Amino acid sequence: MDFTAFVFYFLSAILVFAGLRVITARNPVHAAMFLVLTFFTAAGIWVLLQAEFLAITLVLVYVGAVMVLFLFVVMMLDINLERIRQGFWSYLPLGAMVGLLMAVEMSVVLGGRYFGLEGAPGPAAAPANYSNTKELGRLLYTEYVYPFELASLILLVGLIAAIVLTLRKREDGTKRVDPAAQVRVKAADRMRVVAMPAEKE
Amino acid sequence: MNFVMPDFYPAAAEIFVAGMSLLLLVIELFAGKKKGFGFVVTLIALAGAAVITYTTADGQVSVTFSNLYISDLFGSFLKLLVYVAVAVMLVYSRDYLRVRGLDKTEYYLLVIYATLGMMVMISANHFLTIYLGLELLSLSLYTLVALDRDSSRATEAAMKYFVLGALASGLLLYGMSMVYGATGSLEISAVAQALAHGVVNKTVLVFGLVFLVSGLAFKLGVVPFHMWVPDVYHGAPTAMTLFVASAPKLAAFAMAIRLLVNGLFELAGDWQQMLMIMAVLSIALGNLAAIAQTNIKRMLAYSGISHMGFMLLGLTTGVVAGDRQFALNAYSSAMFYAVSYVVMSLASFGMVLLLSRAGFEAEKLEDFKGLNQRSPWFAALMMMVMLSMAGVPFFVGFFAKFSVLQAVVAAGYVWLAVLAVFFSLIGAFYYLRVVKLMYFDKPTDHAPITASLDMRVLLSANGLAVAALGLAPQALMSLCAFTLLRSL
Repeated sequence: MDFTAFVFYFLSAILVFAGLRVITARNPVHAAMFLVLTFFTAAGIWVLLQAEFLAITLVLVYVGAVMVLFLFVVMMLDINLERIRQGFWSYLPLGAMVGLLMAVEMSVVLGGRYFGLEGAPGPAAAPANYSNTKELGRLLYTEYVYPFELASLILLVGLIAAIVLTLRKREDGTKRVDPAAQVRVKAADRMRVVAMPAEKE
Repeated sequence: MNFVMPDFYPAAAEIFVAGMSLLLLVIELFAGKKKGFGFVVTLIALAGAAVITYTTADGQVSVTFSNLYISDLFGSFLKLLVYVAVAVMLVYSRDYLRVRGLDKTEYYLLVIYATLGMMVMISANHFLTIYLGLELLSLSLYTLVALDRDSSRATEAAMKYFVLGALASGLLLYGMSMVYGATGSLEISAVAQALAHGVVNKTVLVFGLVFLVSGLAFKLGVVPFHMWVPDVYHGAPTAMTLFVASAPKLAAFAMAIRLLVNGLFELAGDWQQMLMIMAVLSIALGNLAAIAQTNIKRMLAYSGISHMGFMLLGLTTGVVAGDRQFALNAYSSAMFYAVSYVVMSLASFGMVLLLSRAGFEAEKLEDFKGLNQRSPWFAALMMMVMLSMAGVPFFVGFFAKFSVLQAVVAAGYVWLAVLAVFFSLIGAFYYLRVVKLMYFDKPTDHAPITASLDMRVLLSANGLAVAALGLAPQALMSLCAFTLLRSL
C-alpha cells in the first residue's frame, strides 16, 4: 500500500464515520458539525483526484457559507426533537426493510463487476504548471456557456421566488423610509412659497 | 484552445425570450405604480419568439453550442404550440388574477422563465441541458403555485409539489449519471452512437434507465408517480392549475422523445415495458378515481392522469420485436394525443376560470349545475370539450384516442387496446355527468357570467377548435408525423 492509498483509506474511513454520525447524532448542532467534517474529508479525497479547485470550492462554499447558514437556522428555530422522534419505532421495521432491500439491490448492480477500477482509470498526472482553475474557467465560458447562462437564470428565478414569496410591505402605520423617494425629492415638494401682500398699519 | 464561436442563429428564440425577461425586470423597476405592462410585455415576448422560431425553422437538423442545443422541425413545431398555449393561458387568467391581486409583475416574469425552461427542454441535445431546462420550468411552477401566499391550501400544494419534484429531479439525475457511467457521454446523440456500437454495459444502462423513466413519469404525472397531481391541481389557484396542466405537458413529451427515442432507442425493448405498465395503471386509476370526485379540478386532474397514460401507450408501441417500421406512426400518434390534450385541457380549465369571480371559485361540480340556463353558448362549448375528453366521435379527443389505439393494434397488442377502451368507457361516465349537471339540473348560482370580451372570444375559439380539429384531424396529424419524420 503506497502513501496515496493510505491517505485515501484514512480519509474514507473518517468520511464514512462522519456521514453516519450526521444521521445518528441526537443533537442537530452536532449533526451539522459532522456534516462539516464530511465535506472537509470529501474535499481531501477530491485533492487526491487532482481536482484541487473543486476541493477548495467545496470547503469555501459548503463549509464556509452553507453550513454556517445551516447552523444559524438550527439555532434560531427551536426544533422540538421529541415530536420528530415520535413514531420512530413504529416506522422503523418498514423503513429498515425497504432501505435494506434497496441497498442489496443496488449493491448487486453497482458491485465491482460493473464499476471496477479498470472501468474508470484514474486521471493522468498533469504537468506542474497545469491549472485546474484555468481549465474549468475556459470550459465554462466556451463549451458550456449555454448551460452556464441557464444556471444563472435559474438562480435569478430563485431570487425572484424568494422575494415574491416572503417580502411583505406593511402598510399599517409603519414609519418605513423609502430612500428612492428621498433622493428624488425636489425643493418644490418640501417648500411652498406663498405670496402675501405686505401688511400696512 | 481551438474554440469556435457557436452559431447563435438556431437558438435566437431562446436568447430573445431571455432578453425580454430581463427587459421586463428593468421596466418593472421604473414603472412605479403603473399596471398591465407585464401582460403586454409577456405577449410581445411570446409573439416575437414565435416569429423567430418560425423563420429559423428551415427543416434541417442543426446543433450548436458545442452540441448542447439541437434545432429541428419537431422542436420548432412544439415550441410554436407552447407559445400559443402560454398566450391563451395568459388571456384566460388575467381577470382571475386581477381580482385576487395576483397579477404582479413577478407572475409574468415566472411565466416567461417557465416558457424559456420548456423551450430549453424541447431543443436539448444533452442531459445537462434537459436537466437545466426542467429545473427552470419546475422552479417557476413551484413558485407560481405558491404565489397566493396567504392561502394555506396553495402553500401546501406548492410544498408537496416542491418536495416530490425535487425527489423526481434527483431520480432523473441519478439515472443520467448511470447512463454516463455506462456510455461515457452526456450528449444525447453520442449516447445513441455509443449504444449503436453495442459495447456498453447493459445492466448498468437498464439500472439507469429505471431512474430516468421514473423521473420522466413524475413530470408527466402518471401512476405510480401521480400523487402530486390531484393535490396540486386542487390546491393551486385555478389560473396556475391551468398553466401546470397545459404547456408543460408538451415539454414533458418532448423530454420523453429526446431521452428515450433520440438517446436510448436501442433500449426500446426495456423502456417500452416500463411505460406500458405505467400507461395501463394510469388509465385504470385515473378513470376510476375521477368518478369519486366532487371537485372539478380534482376530477380533471385524475382525467389528466388517464390522458397521460393514453399518450404513453403511443410511445410503447414504436418497436415490435426489434422491428422499427411502426416507430414513426406510434410516436406521431402520441404527439397528436399530447397536442390535443393540451387544447382540451386549456378549454376545460378556461371554463372553470370563466365561472369564477371575485371571492368565488367555481371548482365544485355543483357550480356547473344549470349552466345551460345561465349561458347556453358556454354550456354547449363545455359539452363539446367534455365529449371530446370522453372520446366521443367527431371531436378531437376521439381521433387522438383512435390514432393511439390504431398504433397499439398495429403493434399486435390487441388486449391492451381492449383494456384502454374499457377504461375509457368507464371514464365517459364522469364527463357525461358534467353534461347532465349543465343541462338537466336547476342552477344553484344565478350570478351573471362576467368575463372580458377577449376571454369570451378566445374561449369560444378554443372550444370550437376542439370541434374543428375533430372534423379535420388530418392536417394536425400529418403535421405531427412530418415534423417527427424530418427530425428523428
